[in-house]
Amino acid sequence: MDALIRSLIDGLLLGFVYGIAAMGLTLIWGVMNVINLSHGAIIALGMFSVYLLFTALGISAYIAVAITAVLGLLFGIVIYFIAVHRVIDAPELSTLLATYAVNMIIIGVGTSIFKTSPRNVPLDLGSVHLGPAVVPTTRLIAALVAILVAAGLFLFLKYTRPGRYIRAVTDNRDAAEIVGVPSAQVLALSFGLGTMLAAVSGALIATVFPFTILSGGSYELKSFVIGVLGGLGNPVGSLFGGLILGDIESLVPLVMPTTWTPVLEFVLFVVILLVKPNGLFGGEE
Amino acid sequence: MRRKLYLFLGLLVLASLVLVGCQSTSSEATSAPSSGGNEAEVTQAPAEATQAPAEASEAPEAKEVTVTIGFTQSQTGKYNEESSSQTQGLELWVKQVNDQGGIKLSDGTVVKFKTVYYDDESTGDKVQQLYTRLITEDNADFLISPYSSGLTSMAAVVSEQYGKIMLATGAASDSIYTKGYERVYQIYTPASRYLTGAVDLLKSLDPNLKKVAFVYENSKFSQAVVGAAKDYAEQQGYEVVLFEGYDPGTTDFGAFINKIADSGAEAVMGGGHFQDGSTFARQLYEKQLDIKYLALLVAPADNGFSELGDAAKNVVGPSQWEPSANYSPESAKAAGLAWFGPTSAEFAKAYEDAYGETPSYHAAGGYAAGLVLQKAIMDADSVDPDKVKAALDNMDLLIFFGHIKFDTSEDAHGLQIGHEMVYVQWQDKDGKLVKEVVWPKEGATAAPVYPLR
Repeated sequence: MDALIRSLIDGLLLGFVYGIAAMGLTLIWGVMNVINLSHGAIIALGMFSVYLLFTALGISAYIAVAITAVLGLLFGIVIYFIAVHRVIDAPELSTLLATYAVNMIIIGVGTSIFKTSPRNVPLDLGSVHLGPAVVPTTRLIAALVAILVAAGLFLFLKYTRPGRYIRAVTDNRDAAEIVGVPSAQVLALSFGLGTMLAAVSGALIATVFPFTILSGGSYELKSFVIGVLGGLGNPVGSLFGGLILGDIESLVPLVMPTTWTPVLEFVLFVVILLVKPNGLFGGEE
Repeated sequence: MRRKLYLFLGLLVLASLVLVGCQSTSSEATSAPSSGGNEAEVTQAPAEATQAPAEASEAPEAKEVTVTIGFTQSQTGKYNEESSSQTQGLELWVKQVNDQGGIKLSDGTVVKFKTVYYDDESTGDKVQQLYTRLITEDNADFLISPYSSGLTSMAAVVSEQYGKIMLATGAASDSIYTKGYERVYQIYTPASRYLTGAVDLLKSLDPNLKKVAFVYENSKFSQAVVGAAKDYAEQQGYEVVLFEGYDPGTTDFGAFINKIADSGAEAVMGGGHFQDGSTFARQLYEKQLDIKYLALLVAPADNGFSELGDAAKNVVGPSQWEPSANYSPESAKAAGLAWFGPTSAEFAKAYEDAYGETPSYHAAGGYAAGLVLQKAIMDADSVDPDKVKAALDNMDLLIFFGHIKFDTSEDAHGLQIGHEMVYVQWQDKDGKLVKEVVWPKEGATAAPVYPLR
């Protein structure tokens, strides 16, 4: 029983971080029907941003996470205007290739600068006891920051003018444009928010696990699974999807060898696509 | 219309020229071999060049031969740390032997060395490409293995195909040497004897402890080590309550740590290489797992392990060699073996002078590979590969790295049968972590600390 609770807590904490990574992917998809294949690369950039700010400039890791968020937002807007804006109305394959190209550029430059050697943000904040589970403080903080970011995004979309614009464009871009919503700016902002979430999740992961410039790829895959689980275009669903995936990762090893975890994850991915393509949490067509 | 077409064609030609130009410069840039030592293949001894022609015909031809040693280094990727040390060790040997005027053969030939190496990015595909290139384009005379068993087994396929002698350092897996290869020679203690001492040490510390968990990397080397250690532990009466591998590159050990806690294990052994091993140790510490003994492969022996701070404390690890290992001409005499090369202290000092850090066993392994090659060329009195091979087969000597003797049977040709492991532990000495040799007792520099926390 203790083992179950320990694993459940581990999974939940990690799940929040996975969740905001997936929110970034699914927000972009929901607003503009773009599958952002540079998602993983931006997660990796988020990791390196914290690493460099922390180790080279000596900035506190969590302030570095905040700086990374701002950088992520700006970077996303830049990517949008350079690579995505011109092909936004082209068939989906064009935007897929455009973001893939961005991915290759980031990975290529990143590999030549940072090499593929593993990095570590040497952050030791001790551990706390949660029932039978001992949780490293860094993981707890990562989960809390992820919850805050998710809540912030929710409130932003719900109550602010730009947030309402984003939702309007998501529902019907043409209609939104007719009533005067500046759609180019809204799309750029949405893309920026999506990359911001990716960068923040990368930044948080960096405070917990070692990473390389190529590490983003596996989190991007997880984001896809989570996105489909929670319903593509449904950011709140993504958060729950993240929790489910986090717990699959921590609970499955209790009953079978750990190497089976990705197999189960991707079987689930296919099953959801076949049975409930709009995700577990609705996402009406 | 026609003008436009010409213009277009012209631009196309220009563009392709630019592309070709870019490609050739970029391939040159990436392929430029990192070369150390002497550049000339065969040069006349400088003294001779200044002699008068009449005298030159009388003087014996003091020919200088530069032997090319080829290998790959993991300058990037997960083996970067270990591999770089290994290369530094080898380069130190090359520098020393060249500075001392090379090896003088009985026919007056002076043998000097140079190295050619590339970055294998810690991947097997690259290794095979690059070893082929080292042999066919760079004309390497002798090869040194890359770091790690996985990469070495890839390199061995190529070296054996071309009939080149390869000294395998940093490659402990037994299986490389049981494939019928005839020219691959192992410097390290093989994997099957890697962790067995850690089991012996545990037994000497706590005869009542019975439950052991093995958690290891799914790599050629770790599987070989842990498989053998598990059999040995069971022979010794231990109950193996968990035996599970993790994927290379794993960064989250949470699930494993929960499993270990669930299994009731009191001792944990396993690990893989430096990165995963140190992450595993760090997370075990963060999760405050209640175990009494932790022995991990590779990582604890590396000096970088101490950066984990308290998480590194009292962790035991096997080491191929330690600077404090007391191998000397006297111990060679006592063991009835021939002695060759510097003592451990001399090597450690030279290494520190050159690189400003204490040598790890990976560095020592690199240097030892060079030293073994040097001795084989001296014994063979030639750089002819067949004669050098015969000399390696007959080798039975003590160097600073330990006893070197190769299996010459058909089943396991080249397997190291002389060398033995030592076991280190990071101990807290006045708030500072110090690496001490704790096993075997004869070589111990401090008493082992038990339990872990």
